[in-house]
Amino acid sequence: MSKQRVVITGLGVCAPNGVGIPAFTEAIKNGISGIRFQQQLADLNFGCQIAGQPEIPDDLLKEYFTPLQLRDLEATGITYGMIAGVDAWKDAGLAITDKDTVDYDSGIIFGTSLLGVEKFRKAIYLTDEGKVKRLGSTTVIQTMASGISAYLGGYLGCGNQVTTNSSACTTGTESILMGYDRIANGYAKRMLVGGCNDAGPYIWGGFDAMRVLNKKHNDQPEQGSRPMQSDAGGFVPGSGAGALVLESLESALSRNATIYAEVLGGAVNSGGQRQSGSMTAPNSIAVQHCIKDAMKNTATHPQDIDTINGHLTATGMCPTEIKNWSDALGRSGENFPYINSLKSMTGHCLAAAGSIETVATILELQHGMVFGNINCNDIHPDITAIIAKSKIPNKTIHKEIHIAAKASFGFGDVNCCMLFKKYNS
Amino acid sequence: MTMNTDNYDALKKIIKIYLPEDVSVDDITPNSHLINELNINSANLVDVVLDVEDHFDITIEDDEIEKMDTVASALEIISQKVAK
Repeated sequence: MSKQRVVITGLGVCAPNGVGIPAFTEAIKNGISGIRFQQQLADLNFGCQIAGQPEIPDDLLKEYFTPLQLRDLEATGITYGMIAGVDAWKDAGLAITDKDTVDYDSGIIFGTSLLGVEKFRKAIYLTDEGKVKRLGSTTVIQTMASGISAYLGGYLGCGNQVTTNSSACTTGTESILMGYDRIANGYAKRMLVGGCNDAGPYIWGGFDAMRVLNKKHNDQPEQGSRPMQSDAGGFVPGSGAGALVLESLESALSRNATIYAEVLGGAVNSGGQRQSGSMTAPNSIAVQHCIKDAMKNTATHPQDIDTINGHLTATGMCPTEIKNWSDALGRSGENFPYINSLKSMTGHCLAAAGSIETVATILELQHGMVFGNINCNDIHPDITAIIAKSKIPNKTIHKEIHIAAKASFGFGDVNCCMLFKKYNS
Repeated sequence: MTMNTDNYDALKKIIKIYLPEDVSVDDITPNSHLINELNINSANLVDVVLDVEDHFDITIEDDEIEKMDTVASALEIISQKVAK
């Protein structure tokens, strides 16, 4: 059977710099930062006391949860994931099934790293006090990794595969490739894909301990996330969720859905923690392999890529990433595509990063723009030695985009690269 | 057995939170079966028990939970415990 073409028909986002597609679109167009000072991190003696966390109005949650669910909801990842996921589904014009109907053609692959840490913390205290019976009925569902796909599945009534993937900071991008594969192979008509990540000190603490966070901008939070800059000295932790409805072109056309873009496909691999790779650092040869495989799998010529939404976290690995893109695509200087990092505005949203950043990429295709990098006035000389400064916009450029690339790289030396194309009927 | 209306009202208030959308608090009678008639999710029974324990300041054992299938049987267990 020939492969099904796959398109994007719905978007949802719950990002530090915008909850909901309209607010988020405005934020990325205008370079609005979602990084704020976090008193709790200061009180707990964190080196990095700034972070990105979506701001959720209290009354918003009633639209996504029953009063009973809200009563003891403590998993921020589930909160963010539900907002993004349900929004994407509704944006696609898809119905929520009634209580006697299951939609066997629609599935969910929604990733996360750790889920429900606040809930888990409470459960640990109660358990250690010998009060295990006091844990109640929702400790399991709020702390199991697949809690997010389970909450979404129950809300929407999906009956195809409903699961959660986890590959550290590659998670959000990987979920898109997994959902794409499922539709392309004819196993599902629609897949809700994306990723979410809890917020808070118990998520971010381990990174602070590794000394990979930026400690130098606690008094200037919005300037703290500095991908590709000379003085990039660590990432700013983030949180949130991004979601996309993937759908076979056939299904999208049959119900006259709005098509945001086509998913050409991509590639996923691991550097095996060999050569330059380790548990926490990417093997550059494998990164290049992944990018080249994505080109090959989608029959895309490197010269046709208009813009790249990079991983680019600001830990000091940005020049290496730029070199990998340049070598893999065989493009440099003025011939390099545009490149940007959403993390300059949101921080690193971990398991949600790839999905929030892909939503931004699809908005670029939809609106004909390349969003500008903020905090971008002193690009690392190792980067400008490879690519022209003009390819790293610090203001949004309005320009038709035909093909956009998105890649994410995660702990465990895992990589994923996706390619998206403007859809022309 | 004479029913303690204070306890009944308190229990109704607790149960109300766990009712699905299509069941109203007015549907609750002493004879209502919590799962079969009021359609309370069986997983939520442990939460009902926690709320009952908190409200009445009592402890309910696992074998007693199994006997709490109707509103009346729950009230009976509560009144025994509260009397002690």
